Amino acid sequence: MSRDHILHKVRTALGRNAGQAPEPAPPVRLTIPTQETSARIDSLCARVEALAGKTYRAESDADACRYVAAAIEGKSAVASNAPLLAECGITALPNVRSGFYESAALREACASAGCGITSADYVLADTGTLVMLASPQEARLISLLPPVHIAVVASARILTSLDELLSLLPRPAEQTSSMVLITGPSRTADIEQILVRGVHGPGEIHVVVV
Amino acid sequence: MSAAFDEKIHETLGDSKLQFAIYASTARLIAKREHALEGDNLPDYQELRTHANALKKNTIDNLDYYLEQFEANVVAHGGKVIYAKDATEVADFVLSLAKERGSRLIVKSKSMTTEEVDFNKRLEHHNLESVETDLGEYLIQLAHDRPYHIVAPALHMTRFQVADLLTEKLGVPNETVIEKQTMIARSVLREKFLTADIGVSGANFLIADSGAIVLVENEGNARLTTSAPKIHIAVAGIEKLISRAQDLGVFLKLLGRSATGQALTVYTSFLSGPRRGQEIDGPDEFYVVLLDNGRTKLLADREKRQSLYCIRCGACLNHCPVYRKIGGHSFPWVYSGPIGAIITPQFLGVQHEPALPFASSLCGACAEVCPVKIDIPKILLELRADVQKSNLREGKGKMERITFRIWAWMMRHPRLYEFAGMAAASFAPSSNGGWLREVPAAMNLPPVRAWLSQRDLPPPPAKSFRQLWRER
Amino acid sequence: MPPATGQRVSIFVTCIVDQLFPSVGMAMAEVLERLGYRVEFPEAQTCCGQPAFNSGYRGEARQVARHFLDVFRDADYVVVPSGSCTSMITHHFEEIFHQDPEYLAATHMLAPKVFEFSRFLLDVAGVDDVGARLEEVVTYHDSCHALRELGIHDGPRLLLSRVRGLELREMDAASECCGFGGTFSVKFAEVSGGMARVKVDSIVRTGATSVVSIDSSCLMQLQGALSRAGVGVRTLHLAEVLASR
Repeated sequence: MSRDHILHKVRTALGRNAGQAPEPAPPVRLTIPTQETSARIDSLCARVEALAGKTYRAESDADACRYVAAAIEGKSAVASNAPLLAECGITALPNVRSGFYESAALREACASAGCGITSADYVLADTGTLVMLASPQEARLISLLPPVHIAVVASARILTSLDELLSLLPRPAEQTSSMVLITGPSRTADIEQILVRGVHGPGEIHVVVV
Repeated sequence: MSAAFDEKIHETLGDSKLQFAIYASTARLIAKREHALEGDNLPDYQELRTHANALKKNTIDNLDYYLEQFEANVVAHGGKVIYAKDATEVADFVLSLAKERGSRLIVKSKSMTTEEVDFNKRLEHHNLESVETDLGEYLIQLAHDRPYHIVAPALHMTRFQVADLLTEKLGVPNETVIEKQTMIARSVLREKFLTADIGVSGANFLIADSGAIVLVENEGNARLTTSAPKIHIAVAGIEKLISRAQDLGVFLKLLGRSATGQALTVYTSFLSGPRRGQEIDGPDEFYVVLLDNGRTKLLADREKRQSLYCIRCGACLNHCPVYRKIGGHSFPWVYSGPIGAIITPQFLGVQHEPALPFASSLCGACAEVCPVKIDIPKILLELRADVQKSNLREGKGKMERITFRIWAWMMRHPRLYEFAGMAAASFAPSSNGGWLREVPAAMNLPPVRAWLSQRDLPPPPAKSFRQLWRER
Repeated sequence: MPPATGQRVSIFVTCIVDQLFPSVGMAMAEVLERLGYRVEFPEAQTCCGQPAFNSGYRGEARQVARHFLDVFRDADYVVVPSGSCTSMITHHFEEIFHQDPEYLAATHMLAPKVFEFSRFLLDVAGVDDVGARLEEVVTYHDSCHALRELGIHDGPRLLLSRVRGLELREMDAASECCGFGGTFSVKFAEVSGGMARVKVDSIVRTGATSVVSIDSSCLMQLQGALSRAGVGVRTLHLAEVLASR
């Protein structure tokens, strides 16, 4: 069996025995800055905009809904099951379909939608990153298939950095099969190093902070 | 060096368009990395490198433990781990799974490991289509070519070559606008993503305490590859392990910045197992293929084991003045640049291309930028010694060995050394101080000829230093 | 801090300086004497063994390195007009003698006393102004071993800044390799030549009339390429600049 063969070779190469404890690992190194929420929002917006994303600071749930309605005007949209979206009234908008719990139907809807609307579990201020854990509230494909992605996020969910995320969530695998960090619109520079957006993932992203 | 190596180098140096493409692309990547690290952008960069090196050392030095921990956690989350000792076993696994499931179409995200095992080629004759989805890799696949650079596989292709390629292979009208070319590829590949049976990815990291893989990308094709099809297979070398998810704080800070100057790439996916419980989408089956293919050989060498710390950022390629002249295709294996130069002889044996460890001026630019502090020049020097030992065993390189023996003997006998110096100087043509463009036949030995092919020679001085000193 | 008057320093001129660029050795000795040092040149010196070491012949390198250690056994200081030869002694002798306790001990005794020339001036003699004068526009090339193994970057620039009448213009790609690399220069001649030409372009863009470095092997490579390209820029070792009056 290749498993035993390979493990045996590894042990022989290292001079270790089966079941031998490992040498202690170096300590975990996470540095979490202190930052006020308002500063976090500022940083988040600056980073997202630097990556050609759009941001909006909503004054209320209704304000957020208005922004989204304008952004998706004339397009079809699929929204996730995140409670925040329903609270803001976004799922009730006429061109928004939501309430998908089954993968085939979801995929079909996303493949033809002009826009995907989600919330985010966390947001990272220093890099302008959306953190999305797959769950019954958030499917993977909504933020991936449609050419536009709108994320409506609660300001309380904005963390300073990846280090803070990892200190809050030391074992993401215990929560979900998929945690994705999204930093800006999809891009490539594979041909002559010329930047093109929206290769496979969304080419346009909006972050709405509520 | 082998004729093939010499020929490829010569060809690349003679292609001025290619020289420009290589130099300009690497210059851009150099500048981006520098910008990402300057001033306050990452003030603890050097500390992070030291820490990353220590983390990799711990994982690699205790690899059996972490492999088993990784495996147990993958299984706990509903996935399966397959150990493959070589390229054949990887292909056999995929083929047998595809056969069992009646799969016809595979979509692939960028993976140097799958290049290493000739993945696409091995699946070719089995009624299985395997499509590369990273834009650069897709173009390379269409062109039946090899990747030019770890991070920028189509670095050597111009938009005009891409236009002709797409027209030839897809039958589309000739399109030279890069954005439009990208959209053509996007729509072709979208269809593949949505109908594929299996998604095959590599893994930038394997996380032992989570049974997870981490994929880092900018396009979104890796996300689609691992989320749309019902089956996800990740193929990764055993050395990709890191021990804890929390260590990603260190590694991700270094990887993006070192590779492309990005604090984080557009998408970082942390995937552990098939979709769970009430999750709406994602694969139903999740496999991680752990590949040896010679890595256990590298593990056994205590000095060179650090070659396995590599996180495939490509910074060493970008900064290497030799890579910047000879490009990725001059290298004899899929891994090019300084990292390629040190792992190729270790995987394939020093006699595969004995000149490879010598294709370096030992300038050390690579070691300076390696995020995990692999001492590449030191390993090159060790490999050079290995080549000479091997040459001795195989009866090769006699002339050079004898030359150095004589040289060493002379250098231990100062008067002989001085005499030899005077004798050599007497052969040189007289000069008014100008440097020499040519020398008399008696002096025109191969090294002298090689020197003169590129630059002039210094005229030997009338008196050596020691003669001048004596006369003071 | 004035240097110890009459303090003995031994010079290891390196085989390339001895045979091809003797004026570099003479200039270095002159500067040291001007500072009050008593300069000794142990005649039995030859080479540090680097060519054999870099070509993978560790046995041969070891033999030559032993000779070096024997020759300089009693030195108080060894001053070297080369970064690569210095780092061979201070960084790599350790590797080639790791199974030879006697010479490993000799290495540990001697290596701390071995200094590249600019380092010696700044760190041991404690001077940055040696009273030099040279009216010229120069540019500076960072030799790889000096830069990356010995951390030599600011030192030579400081010394040059004190030379009266001298203007230093930085070239882009100052720290890119010149392409010498020992036998690399002839084993991979085309690549080596290509690398040299990148530097030549960079040098020309500065408008300097000389390029300065602390390593004669780099200067040989650069001068060879400049001469072949018909560019009238000359090369100067730092020692020659500092000896100028």
